[in-house]
Amino acid sequence: MKQSRAVNILFVAPCVFAFVMIIVIPFFFGLYYSVTDWNGVSNNVNFVGLRNFSNLANSPDFVYSFLITIAYTLINIVLINIVSFVLSLVVTSKIKRRNFYRAGFFVPYLIGGIVLGYIWQFILNNILVSLGTTYSIKFLETSFLSLPHTVIWTMAVVNTWQYAGYIMLIFVASIQSIPSSLMEAASVDGAPFFSRVLHILLPMMANAFTISLFLTLTTSFKQFDMNLTLTNGGPATRFMDTPVKASQLLAMNIFNTATANRMAEAQAKAVVLFVALLVVSLIQVTVNKKKEVEM
Amino acid sequence: MSDTLKLNKKNRILKPEMVVLELLTILLFVLFMFPFFMVVLNSAKTSREIIFNAIALPASWKQLVTNVSLIFNNPTVDYLGAFFDSILITVFSLLVIAVCSAMAAWVMVRNKTWWSTLLFMAFVSAMVIPFQVLMYPLVRWMRVSGNFINIRLLGTIPGIVFAYLGFGSPLSIFIFHGFIKSIPLEIEESATIDGCPRSKIFFKIVFPLLQPIIVTVLILNGIWIWNDYLLPLLVLGSNGRVQTIPIAVTAFAGAYLKQWDLILTSTLIAMLPIIVLYIFAQRYIIKGMVEGSIK
Repeated sequence: MKQSRAVNILFVAPCVFAFVMIIVIPFFFGLYYSVTDWNGVSNNVNFVGLRNFSNLANSPDFVYSFLITIAYTLINIVLINIVSFVLSLVVTSKIKRRNFYRAGFFVPYLIGGIVLGYIWQFILNNILVSLGTTYSIKFLETSFLSLPHTVIWTMAVVNTWQYAGYIMLIFVASIQSIPSSLMEAASVDGAPFFSRVLHILLPMMANAFTISLFLTLTTSFKQFDMNLTLTNGGPATRFMDTPVKASQLLAMNIFNTATANRMAEAQAKAVVLFVALLVVSLIQVTVNKKKEVEM
Repeated sequence: MSDTLKLNKKNRILKPEMVVLELLTILLFVLFMFPFFMVVLNSAKTSREIIFNAIALPASWKQLVTNVSLIFNNPTVDYLGAFFDSILITVFSLLVIAVCSAMAAWVMVRNKTWWSTLLFMAFVSAMVIPFQVLMYPLVRWMRVSGNFINIRLLGTIPGIVFAYLGFGSPLSIFIFHGFIKSIPLEIEESATIDGCPRSKIFFKIVFPLLQPIIVTVLILNGIWIWNDYLLPLLVLGSNGRVQTIPIAVTAFAGAYLKQWDLILTSTLIAMLPIIVLYIFAQRYIIKGMVEGSIK
């Protein structure tokens, strides 16, 4: 018995040690620094109360980042779910080479945000623009990344390109778990394809949509890598009479604030991001619980 | 195979809607693959060629070899070094995460005491914490604690592997936990009666049974670690001795502004390992991704 207890402790020790050192301690430091004047250099850290947070509410660049992050997230949720759903219908139909297509649609997910940001910067700034000028297609002549009102949409399209294949896999797994007799019966009864999708497939896939909704939500809200290499926050625009970066999402705003050595302010922004994600996760847990009861 | 959507077998051949569907799929597929074609195409061009015509086929594919060797022999960015460091960091982190998380998860499932439940809850709830809240305190903490125990944690491979164990273990423990619960206890009990020590039970009996779920854990963590940017940037620094591929790619793009021949070739080299791996292990990767998300 004594020996088994020693084994228990030894077995959990590496993970627990790493977890405490890497997540728990820095996390509490992070919360603490958000109410101080920490500048990252000096060891002299003073408590300042909620000053950092009240400053955020009056900081146009933060309010702007917060708002466009929400907009970006909403666009992503719509785009990714629609595209993934179409893809999942296609690769579960009876077309030839469907497994090949399924494998292909997933490839963008394997590419990291940093790398794909550069690739798409090239596509959008060079390929599309050169297509536009060569064939005088007016709307392609200026890059979508250089206009404040198109840049967020463009980023969402790129993000959809990356994530749709992944969400598609989740949808495919869900479609394949639906008994095929159900769809066949409906088709024998003469229900057209569209109403079969609407009345049988979609309700049966509710669970997969919940998973995809929260995955898209959390990843879009924390988006950083692609933002950095695709737009680096640009172009410039104005918000509340202040110049701001048109595509600077929340995570990049935090990063740039810290790079400017305003560490405590960056921590306060990060805490806001944390609270937002916490709320989302709590909603997810309650929704899932409710669903279990219904079933 | 899925027979969910389409009608019975007789109608399969030469139905007009199937032809339309097939064409639509090919169109979607070409659209999804377009960025990759462009990367390959332009990696085989000189900078002048790209500016002159980014869409045309390269004049000579030999330029691809020239570009690749330009990257590997570059004096400012040690790309080859970053490549090997990335491989070392990914492989060691995956090994440590898989073994340590499996051990910890096993104890948390089999040892039914309040503290193992509490530990499990702590790991699971930590998954909500966004990296941004703790990344700057983490750097400071790693410096301070590294000085204290006289081991350099910042800028070294052991340091970043340790950090990956901390960040990787919550999800990995969660996935292992779910799987181990489904393994019947009888197998372990009979070994206990035969006098087999507990540590041996795990490594000789339980660990081999975990093989399918280990593949899932390796894939989920592998894609993340190989493409990760912010943690290596903060722990290793942008011009430290140890580098990773994503950092090298940004260093390239920063040093050779808009020299797309070099930037695109560097992204091509960055993507290649993971795509080659995907071609060979496609079945496992797709299965692993689905299992990892549905939980």
